[in-house]
Amino acid sequence: METYSLMREFADSWMLLMLFMFFVGVCLWALRPGSKDTHKDIAGSIFRNESKPAAAPRTGLPDVSERIAQFKESRL
Amino acid sequence: MWDYVKIVLLGLVALFAAIAANFAQDLAYQVHAILIMLIAGGMFLWAVRRTDEYVVPTDNSQEYMDGVVRYGVIATAFWGVVGFLVGTFIAFQLAFPQLNFAWAEGYANFGRLRPLHTSAVIFAFGGNALLCTSFYIVQRTSAARLWGGNLAWFVFWGYNLFIVLAATGYLLGATQSKEYAEPEWYVDLWLTIVWVAYLAVFLGTIMTRKEKHIYVANWFLLSFIVTVAMLHVVNNLSVPVSIFGSRSVQLFAGVQDAMTQWWYGHNAVGFFLTAGFLGMMYYFVPKQAERPVFSYKLSIIHFWALIFLYIWAGPHHLHYTALPDWASTLGMVFSIILWMPSWGGMINGLMTLSGAWDKLRTDPVIRMMVISIGFYGMSTFEGPMMSIRAVNSLSHYTDWTIGHVHSGALGWNGMITFGALYFLVPRLWNREKLYSLAMVSWHFWLATIGIVLYASAMWVTGIMEGLMWREVDAQGFLVNSFADTVSAKFPMYVVRGLGGVLYLAGAIIMCLNLWWTVTRGQEKQVSAAIAAPAE
Repeated sequence: METYSLMREFADSWMLLMLFMFFVGVCLWALRPGSKDTHKDIAGSIFRNESKPAAAPRTGLPDVSERIAQFKESRL
Repeated sequence: MWDYVKIVLLGLVALFAAIAANFAQDLAYQVHAILIMLIAGGMFLWAVRRTDEYVVPTDNSQEYMDGVVRYGVIATAFWGVVGFLVGTFIAFQLAFPQLNFAWAEGYANFGRLRPLHTSAVIFAFGGNALLCTSFYIVQRTSAARLWGGNLAWFVFWGYNLFIVLAATGYLLGATQSKEYAEPEWYVDLWLTIVWVAYLAVFLGTIMTRKEKHIYVANWFLLSFIVTVAMLHVVNNLSVPVSIFGSRSVQLFAGVQDAMTQWWYGHNAVGFFLTAGFLGMMYYFVPKQAERPVFSYKLSIIHFWALIFLYIWAGPHHLHYTALPDWASTLGMVFSIILWMPSWGGMINGLMTLSGAWDKLRTDPVIRMMVISIGFYGMSTFEGPMMSIRAVNSLSHYTDWTIGHVHSGALGWNGMITFGALYFLVPRLWNREKLYSLAMVSWHFWLATIGIVLYASAMWVTGIMEGLMWREVDAQGFLVNSFADTVSAKFPMYVVRGLGGVLYLAGAIIMCLNLWWTVTRGQEKQVSAAIAAPAE
């Protein structure tokens, strides 16, 4: 089999399957249970650090009391 | 040490450019060589005079690097007006061929000015907008200063040098005649260097970020930078005829070359004009609406769907050509599937305003952003439709294509950029507010009416000429000659030109408004509550 046919064969089968599974995986990962708080935190990141860089790295979600406060604030 | 390296490099570049100017085989190359010689020579002198000067060490890691963003904003506004002006002029050249002046033949006729217009609006206006907004966004969402020190300045000036080289080259006839990739080999090489530096600055900032997660706008912007690098390198594979001339020979030939060109061309639309500007949308729309994006999950799916689908859509530019049918069918099918993520993104952008729709009435800047998302939705519906082979047989080679491109470029790219500029200028120059909201409204309506005139004129004229070209009589002879369609198109050409005038007028009003915001606006006051000492 010449190179072209061989690569076409691979592209039409395994590569296609791999790309498609990756895409499905990404979608499922985005929709996973428990991602809501994380996504809410990231979506809110544009409202932080407006005028100067953060002094210390921010890791993980804010603690529960702060999140409750944020939730109440967003309900207002 | 770096100072000495810089001096040596600049000296060598100036020397080589002087030699190249002497041996130049064509005018464009000669002009470019002289230009580079002057710039490198000037920088050489400047560097020599500052060598070994004592520099006060400063720590500015706790400040954002906004100087380069400010320059980018100015460049965006400037190139925008230049690009719109050239576009309006060539629109009238089509309506009134007398505007192809005999004395400027070979320099300022339609064929030379057309690539100048497309590159000026896409790469100069759009490119500078992407540069400055991406530098602004990546710093704020990473909570870190731009990585690489003055490298960001190199990217800005290097990119604008690329634009000057490209633009002057077109006028003097240096082109490799690939649409949206016209610049010749040495300009391509320069852009490659600048682009790698751009990637380094952007990626470096993301890697030194203080936020745990990478905000979705940065995903879009990063995909734009990476993909454009890949597209640019592959589509510009060529061998120069001489190191002292601007001509080059493409490595690909025939249908492979055509396919590579439209793989590049369509992904330039997909990643430069869509992914990059979606990055702007995902930052500026929520910021201006003061609400987080409607659905962060949808934005992730929007991103990955767009990335996976867009790259295959190129062959729809080559229906009914030597390209195999399977390839053009593949392009067509992927273009149609692409409609879904595009509208997902549009819905995500628009619904960000849910609960804040009243802002549409009070804030003309948000109105501008919303109409740009509307045009995004409109042109991402029109595009897939035109990619269908049967529709394409009518629309291809007609002005319908031009109308489609402009509803996307003027509506989506232009309007979101204007919105971003209105957002950025008061913040970057520390002003209380914009000079005049009424002027923003004027800009909004002039631009919108301009686009409507433009797009509707092109729909009418495009479908008309498509139908005229295919009209046959009972014996099977073509009814119309090409010149018949040209004369029939005249009224629509005039309307299109007028649409351009309105759009240009709106952009000039914006420039005045932004200028007065900076020069006449009131400095933003730190609110007293924060300034007062805690007791």
